[in-house]
Amino acid sequence: MNGPHDLGGQHGLGPIECEEDEPLFHAEWERRVFALTLAMGARGDWNIDASRHARENRHPVDYLSSSYYELWMKGLERLMTERGLVTPEEIDSRLAGQGVTAEAVGGAVPAERLRALLRAGDSARRDDDAKPCFFPGDQVRTRTMNPRGHTRLPRYARGRLGMIERNHGTFVFPDSNARGQGEQPQHLYSVAFSAAELWGEDGRAHERVFIDLFEDYLLPIEESGS
Amino acid sequence: MGDDHHHHDQPSEIELRVKALESLLIEKGLVDPEALDLLIDTYETKVGPHNGARVVAKAWSDPDYLAWLQRDATAAIASLGITGRQGADIVALENDAGVHNMVVCTLCSCYPWPVLGLPPVWYKSAPYRARVVSDPRGVLEEFGVTLPEETEIRVWDSTAEVRYLVIPRRPEGSEGLDEAALAQLVTRDSMIGTGLAVSPDAREARS
Repeated sequence: MNGPHDLGGQHGLGPIECEEDEPLFHAEWERRVFALTLAMGARGDWNIDASRHARENRHPVDYLSSSYYELWMKGLERLMTERGLVTPEEIDSRLAGQGVTAEAVGGAVPAERLRALLRAGDSARRDDDAKPCFFPGDQVRTRTMNPRGHTRLPRYARGRLGMIERNHGTFVFPDSNARGQGEQPQHLYSVAFSAAELWGEDGRAHERVFIDLFEDYLLPIEESGS
Repeated sequence: MGDDHHHHDQPSEIELRVKALESLLIEKGLVDPEALDLLIDTYETKVGPHNGARVVAKAWSDPDYLAWLQRDATAAIASLGITGRQGADIVALENDAGVHNMVVCTLCSCYPWPVLGLPPVWYKSAPYRARVVSDPRGVLEEFGVTLPEETEIRVWDSTAEVRYLVIPRRPEGSEGLDEAALAQLVTRDSMIGTGLAVSPDAREARS
């Protein structure tokens, strides 16, 4: 989707504000949202791509005026209410201090299992014997596309000429996975673009951007024979 | 204690909402409270840029390790006992005299958690994500780093699940230091590419 999260190349967002000796969390509630999101994510009711989409698919004013962990909270609430794990009424009544006992759903991931999950990581790499369409050094053009759903082809890199830098292997395709259409693993490439290709006359020499792009985002460049 | 004079002690709306949600999720058996403690403890005390600094110090000290890191960073990093979520597949990018690498995630805030921990606010913020791809030299200058005009800047937009770790250049004056001392010179920002590793003298002056 052409959403507010797709920020590459936008102007007017102000200076980058760095904080000396920044704490990991700026409030206790951030700590709790972080843990709740990971603990709920470990259950497997949704995948990482669906959870990114739940944070990104919102009005630009809402997205840009929410802090990182506010977006995590909004995303988590949406994922849970969409699946009926929690209802908005339950949250509201609890907020109003009504001591209604919630009906147990169960299925919490116990701490010990979570410990093992944390150590094992969450690789999106999948064994797949599909042959790659492109090889390092190949020229490619990114598709011009504007899907309403989830995608990881940023707007600033659509319809651009690039060069395959490396093939990372086959990975879960976020576009289909976020929509509940399965993992559909495919080759993931690092593709190099010159600043001039991306930004025209405002792009400077000696600057390149390397973007991780899935095979479906790329079109071959026909040999001109010249 | 319900004292009206302490308005500033009133919990914020989001604070109350998160608290309500947490109690609801525990009561429904959707999350294990011990798992929440484990998650917070893991990322507050165990995972952080000290992990990445160990990797960089070893790469500076051991050419075979550096070669392994360039070939298969995931395995080379795992060999030091460093694994985990949001960084199960890592690629290492080595800076040298001609090339300076910087990392961003323009679409969200992807960051190599196992080696750097959780990202700082500026990395997740709209200004950094918007600007670093179109004006990397301007961003570097904001971080106090000026590189020669002929140095190629490579910005890596980690739009997928591959995460990047920058191996900064080894600072001058660090000859003869062991890995533990070298790791002290490796800053978080130098492994994102918005900073450089610090020299032993500068490190001395800071502490």
